[in-house]
Amino acid sequence: MTAATVSRRSFLAASLAGGVALTFEARLAFAAPGKAEPAMLGAFITIAPDNTVTILAKNPEIGQGVKTMLPMLIAEELDVAWSQVKIRQADDNADKYGPQFAGGSMTTPLNWLPARQAGAGARAMLVAAAAQQWGVPAASLTTGEGAVRHAASGRSITYAALAPVAVKMAAPDLDKVALKSPKDFKIVGKAMKGVDTPAIVRGEPLFGIDAHPQGMLYAAMVKCPVISGTLKSFDDAAVRREKGVLAVVPITDGEIPAGKHNAVAIVGDSWWRVHKAREKLAVQWDTSGFDGFSTDGYAAEAKALLEKSPAADLFRAGNADAALAKAAKVVTADYAYPFLAHATLEPQNCTALWHADGKLEIWAPTQDPATARGDIAKVLGIEPGSMTIHMTRIGGGFGRRLMSDFMILTACIAKALPGRPVKLLYDRTDDLRNDYFRPAGWHRMTAGVDASGALVALKDHFITFGASGKPMRAAEMRATEFPAPVLPDVQMGMSFIKTNLTTGWLRAPTSNAVAFVFQGFLDEVAEAAGTDLPSLMVKTLGAPKQLPPEPDDTPFDTGRARGVIEAACKFAGWTGKRSAVPGKGRGFGFYFSHRGYFAEVVDLSVSDGAITIDKVWVAGDIGSQVINPLNAEHQMQGAVIDGIAQAMVWQPIEQKAGAVTQENFGDFPLIRINQTPGEVAITWVVTDNPPTGLGEPTLPPVIPAIANAIKDATGKRLRSLPLSLA
Amino acid sequence: MAISLTVNRKARTVDVEADKPLLWVLREDLGMPGTKFGCGAGLCGACTVILNGEAVRSCQTPLSDAAGKDIVTIEGVAASPVGAKVVEAWTALDVPQCGYCQAGQIMSATALLTATPKPSAEEVSAGMAGNICRCATYLRIQKAIAQASTAISGAAA
Ligand code: FES
Ligand code: FES
Repeated sequence: MTAATVSRRSFLAASLAGGVALTFEARLAFAAPGKAEPAMLGAFITIAPDNTVTILAKNPEIGQGVKTMLPMLIAEELDVAWSQVKIRQADDNADKYGPQFAGGSMTTPLNWLPARQAGAGARAMLVAAAAQQWGVPAASLTTGEGAVRHAASGRSITYAALAPVAVKMAAPDLDKVALKSPKDFKIVGKAMKGVDTPAIVRGEPLFGIDAHPQGMLYAAMVKCPVISGTLKSFDDAAVRREKGVLAVVPITDGEIPAGKHNAVAIVGDSWWRVHKAREKLAVQWDTSGFDGFSTDGYAAEAKALLEKSPAADLFRAGNADAALAKAAKVVTADYAYPFLAHATLEPQNCTALWHADGKLEIWAPTQDPATARGDIAKVLGIEPGSMTIHMTRIGGGFGRRLMSDFMILTACIAKALPGRPVKLLYDRTDDLRNDYFRPAGWHRMTAGVDASGALVALKDHFITFGASGKPMRAAEMRATEFPAPVLPDVQMGMSFIKTNLTTGWLRAPTSNAVAFVFQGFLDEVAEAAGTDLPSLMVKTLGAPKQLPPEPDDTPFDTGRARGVIEAACKFAGWTGKRSAVPGKGRGFGFYFSHRGYFAEVVDLSVSDGAITIDKVWVAGDIGSQVINPLNAEHQMQGAVIDGIAQAMVWQPIEQKAGAVTQENFGDFPLIRINQTPGEVAITWVVTDNPPTGLGEPTLPPVIPAIANAIKDATGKRLRSLPLSLA
Repeated sequence: MAISLTVNRKARTVDVEADKPLLWVLREDLGMPGTKFGCGAGLCGACTVILNGEAVRSCQTPLSDAAGKDIVTIEGVAASPVGAKVVEAWTALDVPQCGYCQAGQIMSATALLTATPKPSAEEVSAGMAGNICRCATYLRIQKAIAQASTAISGAAA
């Protein structure tokens, strides 16, 4: 598959899925500028008379660096100097800009070609304008630093001077427009600092929580402690007497995706005041049918289900039971992981204004504005097109803000207070208890090894959350999970537990759990087979081949997997021997997710039951080009440390009588500076494949690598998260 | 009751409840949203400001405790020589990811380096452990503090 087919097709598929057939040609509809006015070359590029170029960043910025990265691609092909470029965040407008979500590490694969084509198309029009003006063939012209040059005559003209003519040129066919050869890149592949870094260090208002349209009111909410419970009755007389309180708005209508979120909002002139006024609200909830759910209950159910046959098949090949009966060695083990919250540091919030004409204007830290638009339209019964959504910078996403609950609630409040902008802000407890949690899961793994030490059969009974034979959101796993597709005899099945909790995608969803289970278990299998995990992986991967993909996904290339495994081992000096130093351990983990191949080695120390991560080595393959190496390093360090946090620091989200019990960072601790590894070392395996994303795929392998290193250091095999020797 | 305080060297007066946390006074009454809300419980450090030379969690500081005091926030930190070096190092190393915690990180780092211009690794850990970065920019925070420390010592020498 070529770069062009992957990116182009998935780009079109994604935009069609959003209900809009979109081509980049449509975006080259130009507006003719007046004198000394900036000229727009397509939807993304505006050239000012002083030759500064403003490029719109179309996707939500959650700290993953796309506000810098996407304009880099456009600027590269437009052939301007990075110092000429100014960047502005686009509003939500998929018709104009194409898909605008931050999820699945998809920004790079979906935009690598189209963004470059947008830049190259504008450049072609500027060149055509110069050719016309000078009466020379376009082919005799070159560009650079925002100017067109004619070497033969020594003439040169700036883009600013050409723009008024360029906008009248025929738009080129973007699929045919010439793109730079990577060896000529001047911006792509260079370390570029975050475009907002200077504003961040000055404390400028950038985030959703900082939005402040004139006349804005503040809202805090009282939510049912049991997710899915509904509002029975309330008495707000005492609340209304509190200083600064202006309105009390019950929110009972609307099924917010995957769970009812009934709430009572208190609105006033200060968030601190309305938040405090919550104490005075007398409220009754109906939680019947939802208050029987608990962490202990799920564990007991899972235990019982593991002893039964799976309720549904996930994948079957050959006859796993027969193969296991013949195997030289059989390994079996149970693995488990808990519910987790996202805990973005900026709590969920949104600001909305219901204009007098019934139009809704929204300022939101959202990862998926298009979905939010549809959700809000459905709940409020308004036209999706009657909304303006401004995307703010986002204080951490991790998948939490792919959900629209906070935007829908805010829209409901704004509708009740027409003409006044309102900002709804969750406090930390609201935020933790009303998450779309990473679902817990349990796996009974069984594997068979033949006399030569080869893995020949595999079984997994996966206990997850769902109903009627279907997993809930983010509670599924891949039927093509490696090594299932390469083994002759496999049986993977699922059984389901019900929950009232809302579930959702947490950075590297499903992979952050399944990598731990599979790579932890395969480490056990390797041990039983008398080898080490990288060797077992290489042997099982076999000759380079493409394994069939899930629908809408990419195939798994065993050659690329092997490439990063060997690179990580070489980088870390992996010998496969047990650690000779007491209290020191080394572990390995590999995972393929979000189109990226990652192998990681962890060195750690154990002393008095306390685990310290000393160093992590990472080898990654995300294709032919790392677009912004500086940001790539940030993403990888962040993902590795995030994985360490999930493995060892975060505590399970607990539920009693239907309600989540966590309150704040005391009982849902995040990783701190004194718990970070000494070093995260990174190496790249560059392959001739289209560039893919980096927000997620570095995270999963570090979790099993830690578990496997703990085994190496202590002899103890830890099979449930969080990993603890206590 | 009107309460007076000094914020970034400017005299300010606010007329709100004396128990209103300084965090919300800054954000709501003084129009300075650079100081961030993360937990409201003294657990994350996003709201860190410098009060009479010491890093404090402004979500836990009632306005009455700030009355008559000298407060420095992210909006004014670069006016001090140490703060300027910290901000410079933060920019040079491109520390932020999402950036939400960074105001608090910069304030804590400035307080740390003001009191201890050449902190050991342990002192950096201790001085910064109250500031959570959910994006985990910690390795760059350590580097930036080292770089600022060198710049400060260089400037003093
Ligand atoms: S908001 Fe003050 S410490 Fe978290
Ligand atoms: S940069 Fe995102 S929380 Fe620190």
